[in-house]
Amino acid sequence: MLSITDALHWVEHTPVAVFVSHSTWGFSALLSVHILAVAVVFGIIAMVDLRLIGIAARRSAVTALCREALPWTWSAFALSALTGILLFTAQPVKYWGNDAFQMKFAILALAGLNMLVFQLITYRGVARWDRDTAVPWAGRLAGAISLASWIAIVAYGRWTAYLMI
Amino acid sequence: MIAFIQWLQSTPLSLSVRRIGWLIPMMQTLHILANGLVLSAIIMINLRVWRRAGAEPLADRVRRLLPWLWSALGVLTVTGLVLVLGTPRRTLLDPTFHVKMLIMAVAIVATVALAAMLRRTAPEHVAPEPASAGRMTGILASVAGAATLLLWLGATIAGRGRWIANVIG
Repeated sequence: MLSITDALHWVEHTPVAVFVSHSTWGFSALLSVHILAVAVVFGIIAMVDLRLIGIAARRSAVTALCREALPWTWSAFALSALTGILLFTAQPVKYWGNDAFQMKFAILALAGLNMLVFQLITYRGVARWDRDTAVPWAGRLAGAISLASWIAIVAYGRWTAYLMI
Repeated sequence: MIAFIQWLQSTPLSLSVRRIGWLIPMMQTLHILANGLVLSAIIMINLRVWRRAGAEPLADRVRRLLPWLWSALGVLTVTGLVLVLGTPRRTLLDPTFHVKMLIMAVAIVATVALAAMLRRTAPEHVAPEPASAGRMTGILASVAGAATLLLWLGATIAGRGRWIANVIG
């Protein structure tokens, strides 16, 4: 029976992992792109969140903003996931046991769940509050949870590095 | 430079920044968040300049997003200064940091120029049928917007190298 630890050890010795952890610039370059991508995900999502909460862009239509934001958010998210997976391979066992790393992904799961609930339930009635009307409390709450989650994801992501020593 | 770094490291401010363990990671987090807002504000303005966005007039969008852009730049500057204070040797002696400062200076000039340009040409974009002169400035604005975004992306990427040294080394 293959345990998670065995799998992590296997990952650590794949050629990709060896490149990321041993090349002089591999890890740095990947981390640069990872941070950049996560920052863009945060920035674009924050703009939608602030609109939902009612702090910014109150005169713009929610649907227009979401439509604009979606491709950029998903592209940046895909890039951050790809670079994140590659970074993970450098020290899989240590990352797996890293408290900050675990928190980061618990909160990422929360952010994902929050987005699902918003998209599948709250957003269905968007026509009623698309513009010039207050966003219902469920929408505001979704915006607040999302904003707080992404701030925490960046914070725990940064904290992860400090627990790797 | 070495003498300056040694002096900087001995200042009470630098000492206290380094003594508070959570301050550097917190500043880095704020730095990344503000960075995200700068990039996103420029992306959102560009989407309108490139006519990839909805009905919001360009002038309105620029007026709405510029205050966010400047505030985020302010946060970036303050948190960046604290980070230099906390790790003067790792930042000021690192060649990638010099490259970053250079790209950043150009990026700020480009952003100011773009903002001025958009404020001036914005009314023409509002018109449903842009005149040929309006189209020229439109193309110019599109290129200027793309260039500004690329510069900020470059400054962000160039900034990363030394943080790893800071964490591991």
